[in-house]
Amino acid sequence: MIVMKLLEKLGDLSLYYINQIGRMGIFLVLVCINIVKPPYYKIAYVTRQIYLIGSLSIFVILFTGVFTGMVLGLQGYNTLRKFGAEGFLGSAVALSLIRELGPVLTALMVTGRAGSAICAEIGIMRNSEQIDALECMAIDPHNYIMAPRFIAAIVSMPLLTALFDVVGIFGGYLIGVVLLGANEGAYFQSMYKNVEYSDVSMGFIKSICFGLLVVWICSAKGYFVHLDRKGGFGAEGVSRATTNAVVMSSVTVLVFDYFITSILL
Amino acid sequence: MEPLIQLIDVRKKFGRQEVLKGVNLAVYERKTTVIVGESGEGKSLILKHILGLMKPDSGKVLVFGKDMNKIGRKELKNIRSHFGVLFQNAALFDSMTVFDNVALPLRERTNASEEEIQKIVNEKLTLMDIEGSNEKYPAQLSGGMRKRVGLARALVLNPKIVFFDEPTTGLDVAKSNEIYRVFHRTQTKLAYTSVIVSHDVPKIFKLADYVALIHDGIIQDCLTPEDFQTSENPVIRDFVEKTMGLIYESEQVEG
Repeated sequence: MIVMKLLEKLGDLSLYYINQIGRMGIFLVLVCINIVKPPYYKIAYVTRQIYLIGSLSIFVILFTGVFTGMVLGLQGYNTLRKFGAEGFLGSAVALSLIRELGPVLTALMVTGRAGSAICAEIGIMRNSEQIDALECMAIDPHNYIMAPRFIAAIVSMPLLTALFDVVGIFGGYLIGVVLLGANEGAYFQSMYKNVEYSDVSMGFIKSICFGLLVVWICSAKGYFVHLDRKGGFGAEGVSRATTNAVVMSSVTVLVFDYFITSILL
Repeated sequence: MEPLIQLIDVRKKFGRQEVLKGVNLAVYERKTTVIVGESGEGKSLILKHILGLMKPDSGKVLVFGKDMNKIGRKELKNIRSHFGVLFQNAALFDSMTVFDNVALPLRERTNASEEEIQKIVNEKLTLMDIEGSNEKYPAQLSGGMRKRVGLARALVLNPKIVFFDEPTTGLDVAKSNEIYRVFHRTQTKLAYTSVIVSHDVPKIFKLADYVALIHDGIIQDCLTPEDFQTSENPVIRDFVEKTMGLIYESEQVEG
């Protein structure tokens, strides 16, 4: 009896997750179709979303970027000094930021700041029947709500990552060169010599992929809040969906980081 | 006369609970059909099936003769372009002003210029007696005003069919009467077919051409308000007695 109940629960759970993956897949396809197919989203909606997702994240990106660079400068300088290789500090900081930390940390910051907001906003729209209202007005929510957010995230993320990288390199310079006394010329020369185009393009590809992942997971979690296994209605449902979206986005970003790196290396 | 909307043996289950157990209903052009029933009987669920927001487990939902479950997204969109819906809580977009809410269908579905949009929206808001609230947000409006804005938005593209999901729930008697007056005025002017889900009995009978009672997962009957109130069907009689009967047990006590 207990075994049967366990099996039943396991089956239920499996079906739920298979359903969820299917729903999210179809959702992504529909949004992508709506991005490339008329009626086109309006440019004003996209710029507004770029402002909400991109511009409003600038401060947090600057702040985390500079401190990440500073800690890299501090750790890098002390480690490299042991081998008498302080001259490579610039390239160590720049490569770590451009290839790994820039895209990953930017994605995590955007998830926390903008992804959670996207999920909560769409979740509330779903629970207060605003999405049903759109559908009944023959306005496709994939086109009206989702497409501008997807484009905004894909445009904003590489720009925010670039900003993160630049201020990070400046943070490393501040600690490594200004505070700890590494050679200024060597800092920039080693960076110039060792950072290649393929490193920059890897960071760029990663940031676009992460942008898509974050906006996809966060908006889908909000859009399907009413289908949550534990009941997605009311404020609690939205808060649970938002938490799930942030956790799932963050984990997915880290997992995909490994796979993208292994493919591109 | 061919019905505009027809539900044939519609069934819907949630888990193990079957809420709709074979619903049959016909809605005719330019008529007002009111669906009544106790809370939790599935009145709003019927509306969601007609709107294509939910799919039945079995049975057919025909709108303009087309099965809502067998048509593609494009055709569904086309059918919905003839709909206007007033949701229970009005479902206004809370980050938009009243004007933008009403203008949204015009901006998204037509090529009207901003000048034309302004003219049409103001016209509709005047029809609802809410001119002067253009720049307010839904949170700044009373329940009755929100419903009127919702109705203005539902009517802005002159739809063929307008659906009302409990239009007076949560409103006091005066505000309910206002909504009914606005409904009567707009229907006379715009001549739309309407489907109203309500439990505001007997007041709603004044507006209805047909009244359908849902009980125990099926439509017990769909009759004119007069026939409904004198029906011999025991379930309908019981409903009429419950909703329109005396509050006290004997006339003496009530007197």
